[in-house]
Amino acid sequence: MSGPTPVTALSGRHLLGISDLTPREITLVLDTADAMREVGERQIKKVPALRGRTIVNLFFEPSTRTRTSFEIAEKRLSADTLNLAVSTSSVVKGETLLDTVSNIEAMQPDMLVVRHASSGACEQLARHCRSRIVNAGDGLHEHPTQALLDAYTIRQHKGRLDGLQVAIVGDLLHSRVLRSNLLLLRKMGATVRVAAPRPLVPVGIEAMGAIPCRTIEEALEGADVVMMLRIQLERMQNNFFPSLREYFTLFGLTSERLALAKPDAIVMHPGPMNRGVEIASDVADGPRAVILEQVANGVAVRMAVLYLLGGSDE
Amino acid sequence: MTYILRNGRVVDPANGRDAVLDVEVRDGVIARIGANLEAPAGATVLDVPAGCIVTPGLIDMHVHLREPGQEHKETVASGVAAAVAGGFTAVACMPNTSPVNDSAAVTRYIVDKAAAAGLARVYPIGAASVGSKGEQMAEIGELKAAGCVAVSDDGHPIRTALLMRRVLEYAGMLDVLVIDHCEDPTLKGDGVVHEGAVASELGLRGIPGEAEELWIERDITLAGLTKTPVHVAHLSTAGSLRAVRAGKARGIAVTCEVTPHHFVMTDEALRGYDTNTKMNPPLRPQADVDALVEGLADGSVDVIATDHAPHHADEKALSYDQAPFGITGLETAVPLTFDRLVHTGRIDLARMVELLSVNPARILKVPGGSLTEGAPADITVLAPDLAVTIRAASQKSLSKNMPFEGWTLKGGVAATIVGGRLVYRNPAVDGLEGWPTAPVQ
Ligand SMILES: [Zn+2]
Repeated sequence: MSGPTPVTALSGRHLLGISDLTPREITLVLDTADAMREVGERQIKKVPALRGRTIVNLFFEPSTRTRTSFEIAEKRLSADTLNLAVSTSSVVKGETLLDTVSNIEAMQPDMLVVRHASSGACEQLARHCRSRIVNAGDGLHEHPTQALLDAYTIRQHKGRLDGLQVAIVGDLLHSRVLRSNLLLLRKMGATVRVAAPRPLVPVGIEAMGAIPCRTIEEALEGADVVMMLRIQLERMQNNFFPSLREYFTLFGLTSERLALAKPDAIVMHPGPMNRGVEIASDVADGPRAVILEQVANGVAVRMAVLYLLGGSDE
Repeated sequence: MTYILRNGRVVDPANGRDAVLDVEVRDGVIARIGANLEAPAGATVLDVPAGCIVTPGLIDMHVHLREPGQEHKETVASGVAAAVAGGFTAVACMPNTSPVNDSAAVTRYIVDKAAAAGLARVYPIGAASVGSKGEQMAEIGELKAAGCVAVSDDGHPIRTALLMRRVLEYAGMLDVLVIDHCEDPTLKGDGVVHEGAVASELGLRGIPGEAEELWIERDITLAGLTKTPVHVAHLSTAGSLRAVRAGKARGIAVTCEVTPHHFVMTDEALRGYDTNTKMNPPLRPQADVDALVEGLADGSVDVIATDHAPHHADEKALSYDQAPFGITGLETAVPLTFDRLVHTGRIDLARMVELLSVNPARILKVPGGSLTEGAPADITVLAPDLAVTIRAASQKSLSKNMPFEGWTLKGGVAATIVGGRLVYRNPAVDGLEGWPTAPVQ
């Protein structure tokens, strides 16, 4: 046999971001998710892979969708799970990240699934924690399982990631989904064009491998995949753009605009969607949209990640 | 008491000296400097270790001593112990204490604490506005009478152009220096690090260099309008330096300082989210660092100041966006300057002394900056070839928030003398064994 030996495990203890993964590890996660998806199609949707392991879902920032997806994934792998919502406002003023987590670690969990409003929080925790950490979204930094499930969904439809043209449109500045997707897609050989009102374009985004476009039309032209990002309604007050109406006029995904993409292009959205702001309802509900598949695939991909990080002893 | 520092290389640019000479100290004053001085009866002879340099005492014109109000971070006593261990015979402390140093009572409190500690000289800097809130001018006359040498709202910029104009006029009338923390707060927004590719990648909110540059342009324009000197604190970008150079070329009395962390680190250090890399102004990209080093070398930067900003470990253990800005600097400034500027050939020793002693004394109009006969004997003995490994645990500062842990640098401090008293002696330097034990170790 020639060629590289297949990767069968992740090299890191934690999943802090896509930046930690090699292309082969990404492929391993996606291949493993294929097997995990099959579990979800059985009548008894459960395998014993993580039996006897304790996973704490530690959410410093509320997110029902992501938390639920992780929780289902954990249960399908037979792990014992505990959900802890730590509202940042109720965290005693001055209590450090470490204080909070030391308390939880005293309960001997094997893994922590962490969502935090501050960029880098998972990386800071990982330096001090015994448990394995899965980043479920840290500030404006990364949301690696979202990018993996997006990649999985793209691969399902396109059969590959290499060589694809991906357009990402929306609030690029505040989006951890953008950062993780950009890293992943670039690593896997896709081309990523991005478009947003200029105040929502991060400085130096070219250095991360994105091709910035002035208009949504320019980004959509010939795209295989169209990924829309959520606009947070309060951004309008901060003068990132003048009004939701104007946002939709200039950057909303309409069926006319979608016609610029390849005929078989898929439309993605990490949810929750603002219909009529970043995406027109007929597009969101149209035949190209794979938005609900993304949600379903989220469980399989998270199962794969948890399995690969926590399924075997060190 | 009389003693002679024998055979040290005396680097005293203010008097045009760079030669192996003896320095005689009598009753706290520099009595004589010359070659092969004959020791007067009863005088002690202290041999300067081979290779060591005798310079006018170093002056750090930008430190935060945290007392009153935040004594868990630093006290005046611990701050001056850190100062002398870092080779500084004098420090000027910023007014963002609690309460803010906007009254003679606070100024006198600091002066008294400094006198009780009896190590480095402490020159308080008063607030430019009441509470440093940028609304009403502080009683600058009273602050000066109580011992303040300058005014600043450091931590915040002096808020409006009109207030800045009035402060320049009024403080200028009293011959009190105005120091500004230059940063447009509206452009800074909620930024925490330099706005650039690294910040974007890490998902940290950025502060563009232009926030500093805009404000410096404002201050230079107002210094021109009022014909009053302005000093720019912790300048950090190439554009800021261009503005200062242009101001100087127009004949405007603008001076500026650069911190060691800004000339040795770039925003690449943010990777890993160590909150000890969070400072204001933020660490900038390489092009800015290169420009600062050039400015330090060519004379357009006037001063190296540390912006020594102690914070408690618990606060620095918060997430990156929530942790406070600032790092300690008093005990690392000399090794960083030697290693990165002198030993790399970017500046010579005389320029180092200018940046760390001559110019701060001149700009603040305080004693020191030269080894002139008859002047108080504030002297720093430097050990340019000493291998120094930075360890927070062995530092005198109460706080340990600095990003240089474990760095090995070439060049350090051998001894510090304030008013003729040996206040620090570095046990790592060979050849000081015969020197009297310093009050602090
Ligand atoms: Zn400042």
